[in-house]
Amino acid sequence: MEKLLEIKDLVVHYKTSEFTVEAVNNISLSINRGESVGLVGETGAGKTTTALSIMQLIADPPGKIVNGEIYLDGVDLCKLSQRELIKIRGNKVSMIFQDPMTSLNPVITIGEQIAEVIRLHNKVSRSEAQMRAVDMLNLVGISEERFNDYPHQFSGGMKQRVIIAIALACNPELLIADEPTTALDVTIQAQVLDLMENLKKEFNTSLLMITHDLGVVAEICDKAAIMYAGEIVEYGNLEHIFNKTKHPYTKGLFESIPKFDEEVERLKPIVGLMPDPSNLPDGCSFAPRCPNRTEECTKGEIPAIEVEPGHIVKCINFIA
Amino acid sequence: MSTILEVKNLKKYFRTPKGLLHAVDDISFKAKQGETLGIVGESGCGKSTLGRAIIRLHEPTSGEVIFDGQDITKLSNKEFDKVRPDMQMIFQDPYSSINPRMSVSEIISEPLIIYKRFNNRQGIENEVARLMDTVGLARRFANSYPHELDGGRRQRIGVARALSLNPKFIVCDEPVSALDVSIQAQILNLMQDLQAERNLTYLFITHDLSVVKHISNNILVMYLGNMVEYASSKDIFKTRLHPYTKALLAAVPIPVLGMKKERKLLKGEITSPIEPKPGCRFASRCEYAKEKCSNEQPELIEALEGHFVACHYVKEINNI
Repeated sequence: MEKLLEIKDLVVHYKTSEFTVEAVNNISLSINRGESVGLVGETGAGKTTTALSIMQLIADPPGKIVNGEIYLDGVDLCKLSQRELIKIRGNKVSMIFQDPMTSLNPVITIGEQIAEVIRLHNKVSRSEAQMRAVDMLNLVGISEERFNDYPHQFSGGMKQRVIIAIALACNPELLIADEPTTALDVTIQAQVLDLMENLKKEFNTSLLMITHDLGVVAEICDKAAIMYAGEIVEYGNLEHIFNKTKHPYTKGLFESIPKFDEEVERLKPIVGLMPDPSNLPDGCSFAPRCPNRTEECTKGEIPAIEVEPGHIVKCINFIA
Repeated sequence: MSTILEVKNLKKYFRTPKGLLHAVDDISFKAKQGETLGIVGESGCGKSTLGRAIIRLHEPTSGEVIFDGQDITKLSNKEFDKVRPDMQMIFQDPYSSINPRMSVSEIISEPLIIYKRFNNRQGIENEVARLMDTVGLARRFANSYPHELDGGRRQRIGVARALSLNPKFIVCDEPVSALDVSIQAQILNLMQDLQAERNLTYLFITHDLSVVKHISNNILVMYLGNMVEYASSKDIFKTRLHPYTKALLAAVPIPVLGMKKERKLLKGEITSPIEPKPGCRFASRCEYAKEKCSNEQPELIEALEGHFVACHYVKEINNI
């Protein structure tokens, strides 16, 4: 399969006068055409920063891409000018943000907001853009009578569909979805996931799905990358991640979730807290919380080991 | 075990410009001492209002709340002040439910001072230290302010505050929803330990079905202010009888491979809880709905032993 997105050795820091937050530390990740990759991690793991780096939307200052390359279709996005980036955002790459309540403009009708992105990227008349916007509304299951309604007239799930319609209006090759269903109820989440899956099949769009919910990954992704303290600690297909878990952090995550399908008397939480990203420990960032820790873990760079083809784990004492 | 709380036909209506909003409509149940009753439902179904009405943070519109043998809705504020120490609450958002201008020890000691549990500073200080140990907060945080602490530690403050007056009954309103899974597991374990130690009764409100399954003895499912199903946790997860409960549980993404099932999507508009029409409130989204459903409100009936359902066609749908 052809690579669509390739991130190489990405490092992103947020600098303030007092300290430097090492949000993303040397991650590499690639996504093929038509493939869905889940980026999983807890608050502060660097998931959203990674997504914003791809979009080149890191606020500078305080943020800065310190190192690394991000290739989309062979073009390094980090080297493009703002003018060139504007042509790509919303067109070849689109992003769905987490909170559907705040990512729409409250004073513009939703139809106009969808038409706007179509007019920005295509040489079409206003009326043709509106017609295509109506098509997008139908696609996400909203009746066209609501074209002239304002965001506050929609429920959360409906707003998220409008945002998906905007994101897909120009047939992007890559869709980045940052926790698209976290703010929604489960029955509405099921509708939105179903919609995204159908659209993915129809348009062969690649998907980077950012989430903290391993259940969502199991339903919609082909591969998963587990992030911890700015690093991808484990990467592989779903079989690797779910059934042949190697990294102690990934295992800890699974054990922390109350099981839906079996009885567990007591949960096994991961001890301790995530390290402060402005003061990361030497060696492996997970070592202070890790049950498999040895002395080597706290020294130097931890290598990424390919335990079997396509299954990469950043741990020297990974689970056998 | 003895019944500590009995709620009878509890109603809480809110006046709005558009009419009366039926937030909690005719809820009845019993809770046994030392057990956990889970309240499940989607946003806006009235689960938080129910929790608050029980401890009179909202004055109930009608109905009885019999706690420890007396109907607390009939008590004057002064009389109720004597009962309040026995009924405490843990709030959802550990970021906004504690006063940012008070230190950890001030927050935890406030109830002790109000209820004059100690007549000297030393007694209060010792008690705060003991409570901090109980919930696993290191004593060095006693003089810290909330903004210096992470979400998990803040929620521990919330738990310590709720425990400070040695209550019998605690309303837990989404106590772990704002937390990452590894921290969530720590708090859930803490709550279970405290329950076992002190024979506490929890009313556990949550939208997270895996959490509620893990922690509850009995589960009450709510839909738009009504009770739709009530049974033991085991029964509900094994044999769900109400169409809404079925759709709700089927929508939960499960983090296990090969569990992916055909998503059963709910269609149709959600009925408004303002001046609701007679009939089943779920009828507009229910695939089994017939004419009777939109005319007549279903009564809660005991469909199987100890398993209560409010649905006209529960027998036909489930072949029982």
